Amino acid sequence: MAPDRREFLAQSGKLLVLTSLASAAWEYVLAGTPEDAPGYRLDAHWWGMAIDIERCIGCGNCVRACKTENDVPLEAAYFRTWVERYRVPPIDPQHPQVEPNPEVDSPNGGYDGFPDKDPRGEGWKTFFVPKLCNHCAHSPCVQVCPIGATFESPDGVVLVDKKRCLGCRYCVQACPYGCRFIDPRTHTADKCTLCYHRITRGLTTACCEACPTGARLLVDLKNPNDPVHAFLKNNSIQVLKPNMATGAKVYYRGLDGAVR
Amino acid sequence: MHDILAGVQGFMYPNEIELQWSILIVLYPYLTGLVAGAFILASLVEVLDVHALKPTYRLALLTALAFLIVAPLPLQMHLGHPERSLSMYLTPHRESAMAMFGFVYLWYLMAVLVLEIWLDYRAQIVEWSKTATGWKRWAYKAMTLGVDEVTPRSREIDHKLQRFLTIIGIPSAFLLHGYVGFIFGSIKANPWWSTPLMPIVFLFSAIVSGIAMILLLYMVLSWFRQRAPDMRCLDVTASFLLAAFIVDFGLEMLDLIHRIYEADESFHALDFMVRTQLYLPHIVIQIMLGTIVPILLLGFVKLVKVSEAARKGAYAVAAVLTLIGIFAMRWNVVIGGQLFSKSFLGYTTYKMELVHREGLLPAILLMILPFVILWFLTRLLPPFDDHGAEAKGGL
Repeated sequence: MAPDRREFLAQSGKLLVLTSLASAAWEYVLAGTPEDAPGYRLDAHWWGMAIDIERCIGCGNCVRACKTENDVPLEAAYFRTWVERYRVPPIDPQHPQVEPNPEVDSPNGGYDGFPDKDPRGEGWKTFFVPKLCNHCAHSPCVQVCPIGATFESPDGVVLVDKKRCLGCRYCVQACPYGCRFIDPRTHTADKCTLCYHRITRGLTTACCEACPTGARLLVDLKNPNDPVHAFLKNNSIQVLKPNMATGAKVYYRGLDGAVR
Repeated sequence: MHDILAGVQGFMYPNEIELQWSILIVLYPYLTGLVAGAFILASLVEVLDVHALKPTYRLALLTALAFLIVAPLPLQMHLGHPERSLSMYLTPHRESAMAMFGFVYLWYLMAVLVLEIWLDYRAQIVEWSKTATGWKRWAYKAMTLGVDEVTPRSREIDHKLQRFLTIIGIPSAFLLHGYVGFIFGSIKANPWWSTPLMPIVFLFSAIVSGIAMILLLYMVLSWFRQRAPDMRCLDVTASFLLAAFIVDFGLEMLDLIHRIYEADESFHALDFMVRTQLYLPHIVIQIMLGTIVPILLLGFVKLVKVSEAARKGAYAVAAVLTLIGIFAMRWNVVIGGQLFSKSFLGYTTYKMELVHREGLLPAILLMILPFVILWFLTRLLPPFDDHGAEAKGGL
């Protein structure tokens, strides 16, 4: 039986209101948080990250938090941050001249942690290495972008203007650390922003917040009171691929020579 | 995604699993190389007065133009946002090697190639604008640019200008292709690409491919026109091909020996790649079939007296193998440079689709397109004078 006119109008009215509300809510979601970061001074910061290898347990919390916070595609080829597991065999006393090759894996970027414990036995050295964009001060990716769509912000964060990016992929080729990918939805370059939308509001990054052991620490090198200064002073610190001379600003404590 | 992951051997950084630059980016240096090579061959007539090459002078210029028109298309098709490509001209990032492509391209296209062809054909364009019929008449009229003065004095000025353009054209051709080599050679993150030899290797391989293309086209077009090709022209072209090839091969071997002797941290990863995935395209196709065989073939017919027919056959085979070999070289640079991980701990594979924006089919179409354009150009601007001897070119 057909609905009467009164019922039809009532239902239509509800539908209209709900659709409008849903549409407004979706607009809000798409636009992100609309306010700027009030009071944030670009020239007062120089961001980086400190990572303590010995504290990383390979739980994958950081990878999951990053993907959720930044809407990173869930497929296994797109990561703003990921965790690698290194297993370095001991030198064979019978053949000490043979350089041991490390076994490295990062199943799904460490998103699900490393459920396969697979102990390699006596003498093997196993550790986790969280990776992300190094926010280099002399970024090869920034250098090669033909239109300046990727740039270093004055506070030391390498960002991509997705509204301008051509999707030529030159920056992906130029990054020595494999930190960039092409977002299959927007066809533009994507990478870690150091949660710029959060850090400019006084929050830490999603990965640092989610890390249960404090292995990752957002640092502001321009802040004299930042614990990073003590961290750099009191520990042996290394950056990835120092021979690339990119001015990498992700500082690792306890980074093994086997790590590439 | 499963297919790609199945092709991974060892460890790749997760974002490296997908290859970024496809067969279209292989075509880009291949096409620009053919342009630069064909132009440099044509320049030998004007600048070094190698009169033996005159029969191919106009053909070389038109071939360079046909390939140059197509050269940016694979780049354009590859972009994630082709509609934004104009911003390379409007807001170029001056530190970027790639940003200069548009300017180098436009300079070469408009200031060198089109102008040189126009000056060479100008007197005939004026004549045709009066004698041709139908749409061609209008096309020629437009191409005169309103100047129909053809006097001995004006021809002399044309020729002086043409010579001047060729002289600036040679460094421009060097710039065009040396620059393409620089795009790869300046990527320090990638040891397969990062070498200061890259621009010069690209340049000489460009010269080799361009000469081989003209040699082959001239023979094929002569066959179509049922005219005997000028044998002296073929011999001299083949000699230049051999000379350029020896320099090119020398440079590539220098690069190889340097890598093997230096054996830096990337060596084992690259060595393994060349012995496995790249063995067929690099060792067999590029070096053996595409370089050593043509060099031996060209060298043999140069040293030993053989009949014209045998020489023609040898030149045709050498030219075809050269073109395949140089394509393999571009493939090995572009695709090879993405098969290994920058961690040097693993390898991925390149799976080329057939019908896809960056697949094999568009690549084949893009390789056919320059020949279609060349066919049209030769209809409009005949490179040969079939009523008398071969078109003289220039004065």
